[in-house]
Amino acid sequence: MAIRPSWNDRFGPYLLSLLILGLFLFVWEAATRSPRFDAKGKTEDQLTTMEFNGDVVKDAAGHYIWNPDKVKGIPGPMKVFEKARTELGEAFVKKGTNDHGIGFLVWYTIKRFMSGFLAGSIVAILLGVLIGLSKPLFIAFNPFIQVLKPISPLAWMPLLLYSVKDPFWTAILVVFMASLWPTVANTAFGVNSIRKDYLHVAALLEMSYLRRLFTVVLPAAAPAIIAGLRISFGSALVAVVPAEMLLGELGAGYLTWIEWNNLDISGVIFAILVVGFVGYALDYAFGRLAALFTYTEV
Amino acid sequence: MHHNSLNDPFDAAQPIVDASHSHSHQLATNSPLADAQRDFEARQTPSFRGMEHFHEAGHACSGQDCNHASHAASRPAASTDNLLTRVVENAVMRAIFPNDMERRAFLSVVGRGTAAAVLGSMFDFGTARSMAADPVKNIEKKDLSVGFIPITCATPIIMAEPMGFYSKHGLNVKVRKAAGWAVVRDWAVNKEVDAAHMLSPMPLALTLGAGSPAVPFFMPAIENINGQAITLALKHKNVKGPKDMKGFRFCVPFTYSMHNYLLRYYLAEGGLHPDKDVQIRVVPPPEMVANLKADNVDGYLAPDPFNQRAVYENVGFLFKLTKELWEGHPCCAFAISKEFTDKNPNTFKALFRSIVDATHFAADPKNRKDIAKAISPTNYLNQPQIVLEQVLTGRYADGLGGIQNVPDRINFDPFPWHSMAMWILSQMKRWKHVEGDFDYQKVAEQVYLAAECDKVMAELGYKTRGATSKKHIIMGREFDPAKVADYAKSFPISNL
Repeated sequence: MAIRPSWNDRFGPYLLSLLILGLFLFVWEAATRSPRFDAKGKTEDQLTTMEFNGDVVKDAAGHYIWNPDKVKGIPGPMKVFEKARTELGEAFVKKGTNDHGIGFLVWYTIKRFMSGFLAGSIVAILLGVLIGLSKPLFIAFNPFIQVLKPISPLAWMPLLLYSVKDPFWTAILVVFMASLWPTVANTAFGVNSIRKDYLHVAALLEMSYLRRLFTVVLPAAAPAIIAGLRISFGSALVAVVPAEMLLGELGAGYLTWIEWNNLDISGVIFAILVVGFVGYALDYAFGRLAALFTYTEV
Repeated sequence: MHHNSLNDPFDAAQPIVDASHSHSHQLATNSPLADAQRDFEARQTPSFRGMEHFHEAGHACSGQDCNHASHAASRPAASTDNLLTRVVENAVMRAIFPNDMERRAFLSVVGRGTAAAVLGSMFDFGTARSMAADPVKNIEKKDLSVGFIPITCATPIIMAEPMGFYSKHGLNVKVRKAAGWAVVRDWAVNKEVDAAHMLSPMPLALTLGAGSPAVPFFMPAIENINGQAITLALKHKNVKGPKDMKGFRFCVPFTYSMHNYLLRYYLAEGGLHPDKDVQIRVVPPPEMVANLKADNVDGYLAPDPFNQRAVYENVGFLFKLTKELWEGHPCCAFAISKEFTDKNPNTFKALFRSIVDATHFAADPKNRKDIAKAISPTNYLNQPQIVLEQVLTGRYADGLGGIQNVPDRINFDPFPWHSMAMWILSQMKRWKHVEGDFDYQKVAEQVYLAAECDKVMAELGYKTRGATSKKHIIMGREFDPAKVADYAKSFPISNL
């Protein structure tokens, strides 16, 4: 008889997740709560100045209270929630060249990310196969790849901007650079370490070069390539947001920047959360896709 | 002024004068319409001869005796535009309601707002107005993008979009927000935008190739004068002057900025060497406020709204307005590449007019509240309206518990005096921000289109200057543009 997992085993971890979230929100709210405004000890002049500066406002009863629209320090979760509600409410509204709804911004980021990542990956796999198939080439190229691999993709940005002279393409190229090296290195390594038996059999069958590539080499190296793509994926995702922030190109990173420009911390927190969710969604989709190409060797 | 007494056609309570029915003697008297007609006629004088003049900028009129376009010099400034609007609206309303009683009845039923909106949707008042103002013909490129940095200095460039100054002159301009000065410069150089908001020293630096490849740029108009401030952290409440600032960490928005040169001048006048006795960092303005909050810096000389923003955030106070250092100093500017003006002379003319027009509108204190409202949304400045209002109206909290009233805290004046360029060049020289020798006057005349600006102002019926250079007083010391080379070498504290 199969043992049915207990209720605790099945839902316990999720409950724990919720509990952690709840606790976090509670601590956050408690830590950012400001005491009620106390007008005692303040002269009429001081109060007028404070009101003029937007620190306090008069409530319906004519008493001074803290201005609810002006957040001092880190805003609480309620403020962020409010901000998220207004932003999501206008997710697909364009209010001019510089103010597109969050839905558009996320879409721009995904587009930018996907085009850079796809182009980078295709180039990287081709390059990797080329290098990996020949031992001398592999040894000759390896030092360059090892040096280029650890360079932060953002470090390329000034050089790219200067040579390409176009922020739109620069942003895509930054993503391209970010997704290039890990895949090149992994593909080369994977192709290079294919079991020699496979290649011998392919040679015996007198397969054409292309056929050999698609039926033997790539499938055999697939796990290594996928692993490389995964690393590239992560680093490209990390690169796209700061590239948008620095270049001022519309996207999720742009949102972070304009909210920061307004010193609107709830906006910044909201933008960070958006970046997190977008990254999670993309990573999840990629994981599902990768699962189709992975297998365990028998 | 009797100009404004031309009746509002959207007011049900007022009759509107009907020119076609008026007796001829009315035109001869001082009736508003007679004035309007005279204005129209004056406007028809063809004074813009096209682009050929741009390349001989200033050569024909260097010094004090430049006097072309003086025919318009005595005309009143801002009211002509409102008047023109009124005249056009009057004409349209008269055409729709030949019987004035019908117009009044109509307005009392639907209300003026609705009436104006409905008519505006049927009939483009903006177009009608620009048609009245001898419009620029054969515009090569109507859809333009203009880069800007989200600060109040860029007010005319920004508000010209929502308030319709670009469309009034036949252009469809979208303003595009840039992340920093280097970005806006690169956009302009790489033709990512057609024109840009820059700091007034930037077109000079670009033309000279300081800090970037040399690309010839024009600066047709200044945006704002005054409007900056030295903001200090609240803990420095007792600071009296430069003497107390030794070792301070300051921020400025860009190397080639009036902010940098004014701060350096101020410190040096007080005996401090800005490169030895204090630290001056280049920091994007919003980060200045955050850094002030985090106690990473002691103060900054920055564009608004970030001075007022420090007060709003309760982290700093306004130590000195820059107008106290140099009354009427230039700050930000409208810049465009020579290449663009060569290729699109008519577009440039229309753009130039839009900017000069918008800048004059912004100069009128009574428009400032509306402007604050128009430019505060996310698409433009993305700042609290209360902060922008305090900056633009000059009634502001100083951060020390007082409320100040300085109406010209920021002001707007498009005229790019060559002498201003020469002062900036002298300071670039002084601090070794530019290498080698150059002819101050020549560079100034090449980049700052003062004579052309005068012409555009004349065409639009604004007061002209009739000269391209003048003497300036900076912290009590006179700057004479005729002696600029000696002036640059005259400072005891300098990097020369």
